[in-house]
Amino acid sequence: MNAPLVPSEVGAPEGSTPQLRLVGLSKHFGGVVAVNRFDLEVAAGEIVALVGDNGAGKSTLVKMISGLYQPSAGEIWLGGKQVSFADASDARRQGVEVVYQDLALVDDQPVYMNMFLGRELVKGPLRLLDRKRMARETQELVDSLDVRIPSAKATIKELSGGQRQGVAICRATHWASNLVLMDEPTAALGVAETAKVEELILRLRERGAAVLVVSHNLDQVFRISDRITVLRRGTQIGTRSTATTSKNEIVSMITGLQHADA
Amino acid sequence: MTVSTQASPRGWMKKFDAKNYVVYIGFVLVFAFFAVTQTQYFLTPENLANIVIQAAPVTVMAIGMVFVLSAGEIDLSIGSVVALSALAAAVTARETEQWWLAVLVSLAVGLAVGLVNGLFVTLVRLPSFLVTLATMGLVAGLARQLTNLQSVPVTDSTLVTFFGGGELLGLPILVWWTAAAVFVGWVLLQRKRYGAHVLAVGNNASAARVSGIKVNRVRVMVLVGSAMTAAVAGLLYAGRLQGARYTLGEADLMTVIAAAIVGGTSLFGGKGSVVGALIGSLLMSMLNNGLVLAGLSVSQQMVARAIIILIAVSFSLRGKKNQ
Repeated sequence: MNAPLVPSEVGAPEGSTPQLRLVGLSKHFGGVVAVNRFDLEVAAGEIVALVGDNGAGKSTLVKMISGLYQPSAGEIWLGGKQVSFADASDARRQGVEVVYQDLALVDDQPVYMNMFLGRELVKGPLRLLDRKRMARETQELVDSLDVRIPSAKATIKELSGGQRQGVAICRATHWASNLVLMDEPTAALGVAETAKVEELILRLRERGAAVLVVSHNLDQVFRISDRITVLRRGTQIGTRSTATTSKNEIVSMITGLQHADA
Repeated sequence: MTVSTQASPRGWMKKFDAKNYVVYIGFVLVFAFFAVTQTQYFLTPENLANIVIQAAPVTVMAIGMVFVLSAGEIDLSIGSVVALSALAAAVTARETEQWWLAVLVSLAVGLAVGLVNGLFVTLVRLPSFLVTLATMGLVAGLARQLTNLQSVPVTDSTLVTFFGGGELLGLPILVWWTAAAVFVGWVLLQRKRYGAHVLAVGNNASAARVSGIKVNRVRVMVLVGSAMTAAVAGLLYAGRLQGARYTLGEADLMTVIAAAIVGGTSLFGGKGSVVGALIGSLLMSMLNNGLVLAGLSVSQQMVARAIIILIAVSFSLRGKKNQ
């Protein structure tokens, strides 16, 4: 640890190392440029929103960060280390958890089995499922994040849409060591449930998670994010601090009334 | 969220909902019916043991089918695998006089058919319904070809004892086979990660995939498992009947699927019950037994059985839809 570190390897001084750092990230499909030289840093305890019109390249970017697409060029850094993902499971192993809008939950299974889906805890030489421990840890987790569900043993089917998304977000938070990526987390929810989920996302920030949210809903973006970055036709138009920008500015960046910063 | 107050009555209703217990209620009703109407034969210990023994091959296959259905697939080839496995074992035993080689060949038949099914479902991405429909015909053809429609007697005493008429601790060996299959199936489905992954794949394959579950591997595994249970069922038939014939197992497909579904396994994946499949299989066997005792002709039995299966399956599936 005492060996001198080359500044370019560290990126930023200790303590402010961004959880996620994208450098010149690009994706081409044949001759079509879906995302061109995208740069972004997300720090621990920060919520960054990614906005843009349909076809701006948001989902391509999300798929690169979650391991579904391989970037054509550029770098992905997690917690100060440059990484590459073979596939989505590989990205998960390296600390990126994704919350999908279509709720990647197993309806007929209890909450705790969903929390540990694909990573079930086992005990004993026979490696039998440790249901008790999974249920207990799940209960502690949903309690600590104040997600109100009847019980960790309730079946997903018994929950409302907002409760389900709450479970999905808890799961992502629990397993993400670097980044929680949310792709339209409230698109399928009603007004009251959206408010609950937003509260939950804000609690993640208090707990020091790094969150990247893709959202169509500008009101929501202004309610929850610290910074906003705008994509338009694959080009990064700019990144603004939510506190100092206005909805008008962001809208004009999205629609092309305002040109790219650099 | 206020739903916590709604959820308790929902949970309460679910706990006492009759549709989750269709198979047990059906079992008790049919049992009571035959016990009352056929008193002198039906309730004898020999007859009751006979119901379990007769059910053994179907029970074993129904447990394999629970995994296939739970994973959202289906296996129509099991009936043919029974015939080919039994014939392959009988021929091997006759030619080599090695019982263990016969068992190995029979299991290899199951493994091979299961792998072919699994590879076509996962690599060629065909629905398991089509793939296993095709292998059903293919394997049935091979079974007919193997001995030119001739039946083959099984005289090997180990095979006949171990898979047929033997006893262990005072209980027929087929009861032990049934118990072993139920125990292994229950542990795999309820207590192992494998079972959780099977149910997840059947319920929401894309959720399973993004959670790092190897979806295609699970699909191959359930189809291999199902074909292997059919191979074991072939051995059980060959042992009990002391011979093999290409017609073995040909009527079992409907009974196996009915046993699994009546027992609470979903035809559409995501839900399975091994104990339910056992009770379902015993229910089917009891019906056969009772209908014979009632003096129905073979053709009348077929009609009665089909009607009863249809009624039983509609009860259990209707319940599922309303949940």
